[in-house]
Amino acid sequence: MGEVMVDVRGVHKSFGDNEVLRGVDLQVGAGEVVVVLGPSGSGKSTLLRTINHLEKADRGLVGIDGDLIGYRRRGDKLYELREREVLRQRAHVGFVFQNFNLFPHLTVLENIVEAPISTRRTSPADARAQARRLLDRVGLADKESAYPRHLSGGQQQRVAIARALALEPKVLLFDEPTSALDPELVGEVLDVIRDLARSGTTMIIVTHEIGFARDVADTVVFMDGGVVVEQGPPAQVLDDPQHPRTRAFLSKVL
Amino acid sequence: MSVSARPRPRALDSPAPKVVAARHPWRWVGIGVVLVLLAQFVHGLVTNPGWDWATFARFITAKSILDAVVVTLELTLYGTVIGFALGILLALMRLSRSRFLEAVSWTYVWAFRSIPLIVQLLFWFNISYLYEELNFGIPFGPTFFGFPTKDLISPMGAAVLGLALHQAAYAAEIVRSGVISVDHGQLEAAAALGIPRSRQLRRIVLPQAMRSILPNATNEVISLFKGTSVVSVVAIGELFYQVQVIYGRNARVVALLMVATAWYIALTTLLSIAQHYVEKHYAKGATRNEDGWKWAR
Repeated sequence: MGEVMVDVRGVHKSFGDNEVLRGVDLQVGAGEVVVVLGPSGSGKSTLLRTINHLEKADRGLVGIDGDLIGYRRRGDKLYELREREVLRQRAHVGFVFQNFNLFPHLTVLENIVEAPISTRRTSPADARAQARRLLDRVGLADKESAYPRHLSGGQQQRVAIARALALEPKVLLFDEPTSALDPELVGEVLDVIRDLARSGTTMIIVTHEIGFARDVADTVVFMDGGVVVEQGPPAQVLDDPQHPRTRAFLSKVL
Repeated sequence: MSVSARPRPRALDSPAPKVVAARHPWRWVGIGVVLVLLAQFVHGLVTNPGWDWATFARFITAKSILDAVVVTLELTLYGTVIGFALGILLALMRLSRSRFLEAVSWTYVWAFRSIPLIVQLLFWFNISYLYEELNFGIPFGPTFFGFPTKDLISPMGAAVLGLALHQAAYAAEIVRSGVISVDHGQLEAAAALGIPRSRQLRRIVLPQAMRSILPNATNEVISLFKGTSVVSVVAIGELFYQVQVIYGRNARVVALLMVATAWYIALTTLLSIAQHYVEKHYAKGATRNEDGWKWAR
């Protein structure tokens, strides 16, 4: 593992009385693909959302490429960043949602160019040219003027991936990207993600697709009860799990 | 077991038999009743001299009436523009993370929804009794310059002020309802992309909120348009006031009320047509089939 791209240290998060994350540590190297597995309610999605500060951690810190997310450190004090600065940091982190969350009133092309134009001050012409390259990459070059609701779920998710890539993020986070899809559409989305993995994009993927994890992951992380229970190369975690909770989970899903 | 072994109902045998549409005799009865009532009404309109169509025809395009229509439209326009501008601001305050702004907005809406419009209008009209001069200076300190309040707030100004402040309270709630109807995932996606907050609102949230804001907002504009007739209590020469003045002189009450009615109906119709096209604009991408923006059947 080369330099550390994502550095999660001792992150805690509660919603009311429910402590969802109980001290999570995770290091992801540049170019590394990490797949996070675990039963529902284990805190996988919450962990992803704290990484780009959609949820603010109650305790613990998140660093991306050496920058502290959500805070500025001066001496031994942490100063909360203002929303504008957090938004600027988020542009370095691509996020792909389970339900795509494409903007339904904008065309596919408008969905992709929106962020580069408004956050990077990219010229509309450049943004459109880049968006067309990305659409080509996800195999949707002919859909640029369609509205999201006119596309299948798999196509929408591929547009969402292109939209996340448009900001040239340092890391891409996927929150169960295929869970809302019909089974026959899962493959096309996984193919796109697999392609990104080969091109050396740093990614953290929360998924239930064990076969896919085995295929693309450099590291598989198993979470349960708000902590990382076990992590390692897929061959180790999936085929020879050390922890009884990992074994119990895998015996149910494999 | 083979399916074909069962006896098959003859109704499904080919060739396909001819389809006879289901009959609805009661619909025809209903249509008949309505047609008779309508005919009676139209007959009355034509034959009853009380409607006094000659007077109606004389006044419908009279200059005094046209001027009054313009005043009514002006009141509606200012009331709508100022009311909705303030309403949007109040809605954003209410939705903001500042508890203080939220409380200010809530209190405004509470106050202006509680006070009847007519009371408010009379209050603004009489404001100069309460505050004779409006002075600018240091609070509780010296004043730099001032105006007599009655010069600053003319009767027309008082009317616009009353209508707009009243309208703002309702507009705020309509805008707020539209904004909270937008799926939360939209805001998350915009935030995750790092889109600045003002642009999130302008580009992502409001265009989607417009779908539910528009029908309610048009309702409000139409009710404001007719509501301007309340302004007649402060002697502004709008349509309803003008009509009253004229029938006060010539006693042709019904004919002149019909003049006002005709104008109100005609202009409301125009607003409804405009609503149709504006809604169509904001329905882009809202449904799966391109022309199916009506309620899906």
